[in-house]
Amino acid sequence: MNTAHTTTDQTKKAAFKVLVVGNGMVGHHFVESLLEQTQALAVKNLDLTVFGEEPHRAYDRVHLSEYFTGKDAESLALCEPEFYQAQGVHFYPGEKVMTIDRAGKKVTTDKGRSYAYDALVLATGSFPFVPPIPGHDRDACLVYRTLEDLDQIRDYAGDGRKGVVIGGGLLGLEAANALRELDLETHVVEFAPRLMPVQLDAEGGAALKQRITDLGVQVHTGMQTQDIVAGDVCRHRMNFADGSHLETDLIVFSAGIRPQDELARSSGLTVGERGGIEINSECLTSDPSILAIGECALWGGQVFGLVAPGYQMAKVAAHHLLDQLVPAGTLTPDAPTFTGADMSTKLKLLGVDVGSVGDAHARTPGAKTYRYQDEDAQVYRKIVVSENKKELLGAVLVGDNSRYDTLLQYALNGIELPAEPAGLILPETSGGAPMLGVDALPDSASICSCLNVTKGQITDAVASGCCSVAEVKDATKASTGCGGCAALLKDVVNAELTNQGIEVNTDLCEHFAYTRQELFHLIRVGGIKTFDELLEKHGKGLGCEICKPTAGSILASVWNEHVLESPHVSLQDTNDAFMANMQKDGTYSVVPRIAGGEITPDKLIVIGEVARDFNLYTKITGGQRVDLFGARLEQLPPIWKRLVDAGFETGHAYGKSLRTVKSCVGSTWCRYGVQDSVGMAILLEERYKGLRAPHKIKLAVSGCTRECAEAQSKDFGVIATENGWNLYTCGNGGMKPRHGDLFATDLSDDELIRIIDRLMMFYVHTADRLQRTARWMENMEGGLDYLQSVVLKDSLGIAETLEADMQRVVDRYQCEWKSTLENPEKLKRFRPFVNSGVADPPYSVC
Amino acid sequence: MIEVHNSALWQTLCKTGDLVANSGVAALLPSPCGTNAIQVALFWLPAMNRVYAVENYDPLSDTFLNARGLIGDRHGEPFLATPLYKHHYRLSDGVCLEDSKISLKTWAAKIEHGEVRLKV
Ligand code: SRM
Ligand SMILES: Cc1cc2nc3c(=O)[nH]c(=O)nc-3n(C[C@H](O)[C@H](O)[C@H](O)COP(=O)(O)OP(=O)(O)OC[C@H]3O[C@@H](n4cnc5c(N)ncnc54)[C@H](O)[C@@H]3O)c2cc1C
Ligand code: SF4
Ligand code: FES
Repeated sequence: MNTAHTTTDQTKKAAFKVLVVGNGMVGHHFVESLLEQTQALAVKNLDLTVFGEEPHRAYDRVHLSEYFTGKDAESLALCEPEFYQAQGVHFYPGEKVMTIDRAGKKVTTDKGRSYAYDALVLATGSFPFVPPIPGHDRDACLVYRTLEDLDQIRDYAGDGRKGVVIGGGLLGLEAANALRELDLETHVVEFAPRLMPVQLDAEGGAALKQRITDLGVQVHTGMQTQDIVAGDVCRHRMNFADGSHLETDLIVFSAGIRPQDELARSSGLTVGERGGIEINSECLTSDPSILAIGECALWGGQVFGLVAPGYQMAKVAAHHLLDQLVPAGTLTPDAPTFTGADMSTKLKLLGVDVGSVGDAHARTPGAKTYRYQDEDAQVYRKIVVSENKKELLGAVLVGDNSRYDTLLQYALNGIELPAEPAGLILPETSGGAPMLGVDALPDSASICSCLNVTKGQITDAVASGCCSVAEVKDATKASTGCGGCAALLKDVVNAELTNQGIEVNTDLCEHFAYTRQELFHLIRVGGIKTFDELLEKHGKGLGCEICKPTAGSILASVWNEHVLESPHVSLQDTNDAFMANMQKDGTYSVVPRIAGGEITPDKLIVIGEVARDFNLYTKITGGQRVDLFGARLEQLPPIWKRLVDAGFETGHAYGKSLRTVKSCVGSTWCRYGVQDSVGMAILLEERYKGLRAPHKIKLAVSGCTRECAEAQSKDFGVIATENGWNLYTCGNGGMKPRHGDLFATDLSDDELIRIIDRLMMFYVHTADRLQRTARWMENMEGGLDYLQSVVLKDSLGIAETLEADMQRVVDRYQCEWKSTLENPEKLKRFRPFVNSGVADPPYSVC
Repeated sequence: MIEVHNSALWQTLCKTGDLVANSGVAALLPSPCGTNAIQVALFWLPAMNRVYAVENYDPLSDTFLNARGLIGDRHGEPFLATPLYKHHYRLSDGVCLEDSKISLKTWAAKIEHGEVRLKV
């Protein structure tokens, strides 16, 4: 009797135990899909357990290489740390399943425990194939698959000079890039006569080889390694079949992957001849209570080494199990099935575009091939079309992927080719066909293959109110996998917005038909000093609560005049208006600046006395200073009088401006400190205090890589090194945290300040209103690379202007509170009532 | 003139020098009901040569802070954006733009002989 189908009373039924073996990308996607659906249907009887051999929870293997460029295990993780627990999933990281007892329906693990299951899902992925070359097991012979592998590579690279990757496929080239970034002299050794033999043809491979060689990576194709022995100058010597040899300190094997099907084999499930757990279209193995998904699964004689097909299998498997968890008839009969997947790929390898679509090798009978090759620009394009020249079967691109999206859409959707298919790969200037507009795509066209999102779903999302790429991303999850579809997604969304008559309006508000960035330039270049002048020259009406503070902020960023000068008074938003943070009852908080968090006992005493005398609540803030709460409007001047007399300045806690520069204790006291982080924090805070910006700006300085000041979570984060300072940028805590990106390394004090000057001013010049640096960078075309080229290489030729602009702000600094206290006109603002001397009565009603 | 006849109804609140251009100040209006005074927010728009008077109490945030809000216009109609949660009230009649069932009390106001007067 099938209990799952006989009763509708979920609560009385025994829990249905699902065990997932493997917590990789696909295993995790399966858990998410299943939970999403069981929650939607209020299923109560699911008992879900997940085992992962790796010590971490599932992480983004596709972006594994970013581990070397600033990401860490935490930022690569696919879910929040508490996710599994919060969802009631039993999760055992670092526990490997060793055997399956199919008759008893239970598994045992390397911790000696055993667990029963009703359904078992194998998502064990694959493992790197290491060819049995003699010497392959020597020290510093590594692979490229897990975070631990990358840790090892980094460790060995530390004391090496040269590195070799064996295997010139996709992953091999990615590994080569990593070695190059670790500053090793990098070689790629490939057995086949060309690079990327699976995806590319001879010409494509040659073009790629040329490009990669130009980047300083040495490529050795058609090389068979015979053995690896101890080297003379380096750790290893690789001997090749042709008698030549190569010495190297470290070897990374990337000679392909093999499905991890050990458990299936030992428990007698059917596996393929060359490995892989055989599954049917429902992802069931030869034992109907065991499913297999992801890279360990073999479907139609093929394993799929990409995430997109794995995600599809995860969905199919989740649906299959859901069917056993809900009463019969709950689900519609058209269950999803796995029917193979498109293996087209688009990549940037070592900065070189490579794309491969469908039948790249023209294996289809009758197929015709067109090629375009530009040896000078090292661009190669090939398309494979059907015998009748109506259908695109495949394509190969090297050096320029701009046509990838168009070609892929032709191939996937069977869109009829233009009469002269060659136009698709010819340069446009020589009569090449224009790219396929997104309008030409059918609704069924898959835009994001990782998450399986179609054009129709995107159109629906826009129709139901999504107005930006970000909103569509949230609603459909498109482009949240490998990210390869981002450009196409943007095109589809914008085209859809236009089609639906929604103008992508970037005007600041009804008073100014400009973006903040444009207004900034109008003010700066036009020498505009007041809002009235700006309104007269470029706007209309009286202004509003959007454009007034924006203009007020820009005027302050450019000319740095006092915010309470009479032309500026009426522009200031709530907190700037009285230079204090308004609380929910209309009282204010007071935050004196405590640069770098360093404070003398005398000053601490003054803060204590002021708080006591004015009866203020005190709190140590998250910004290493003290906040005094509950001051009434008319108390602000006398409070500040006492503070200013004691040498305090305003902390700008109220402004969209520089807030704090957090510091750790650094080399003065800490046994690990390599630089004086407190000194640098104070220097930076003193320099940038008073700078008003599109949003608040926070900095931090840590004295060593232990990073006690959390600099990587700041807009500008500085971490001391033996040789100076590393600068991180565009980090952020708050609502949507982002780790900062490493921007420049080993800087001297002067270099550090010059770079921050430029970067910060460029942000002030170009960001949107209320856009912090993290979102600014994320929305910037070209991202980090672009920023680096502007700031470090001065690609726009504006570095000098940026520095001068910053210097002007620095030179014109004044403590706003000090100058207010000296000015009776400004102090008049702090009268609660203009016609009475009574105190501000926050709660009284007539 | 009629104005002269009714001049007793116009009560002087403060000097024009107490106003802040394109911004607000609060003033107390002795209340007709006796002890407590009414808090009034006065907004001066020099470009339109007008002073607007609305009550200082914001029912939506339960605070007396309207005078500390920002002012501007929507399609030519002057409004006030409250400081805490940025609700909008039309200065001419006090109606809340987010919820027309809510409105602030308003007074006719004018500038005369360097003084700000309210019609009470
Ligand atoms: C006082 C303090 C909390 C505390 O008791 O520790 C605080 C209090 C406020 N924070 Fe904060 N934040 C404080 C540290 C932080 C931190 C921690 C840090 O700086 O290390 C963060 C996360 C880090 C970051 O900013 O990246 C933080 C993220 C926010 C955010 C979210 C920003 C974001 O980009 O998502 C807001 C909202 C905003 O600014 O729009 C916010 C806004 C606010 C406001 C201004 C809300 C408001 O408008 O009334 C709070 C009023 C402060 C007041 O009245 O004085 N606060 N706030 C901290 C003051 C630090 C200081 O000395 O200046
Ligand atoms: C450097 C790199 C770059 C890549 N780039 C791309 C790309 O751009 N696009 C793309 O589509 N794909 C890419 N891939 C491939 C992609 O990462 C994989 O297709 C995907 O991770 C497969 O997911 P999976 O869950 O099947 O396997 P995995 O992610 O390998 O997860 C399997 C997990 O199961 C665990 N496990 C195995 N056996 C057991 C056991 N007995 N008990 C418990 N746990 C076990 C393993 O430790 C592992 O954590 C890349 C891979 C690498 C390494
Ligand atoms: S970051 Fe380094 S120097 Fe600073 S306190 Fe921590 S361990 Fe010490
Ligand atoms: S195709 Fe990978 S995220 Fe869309």
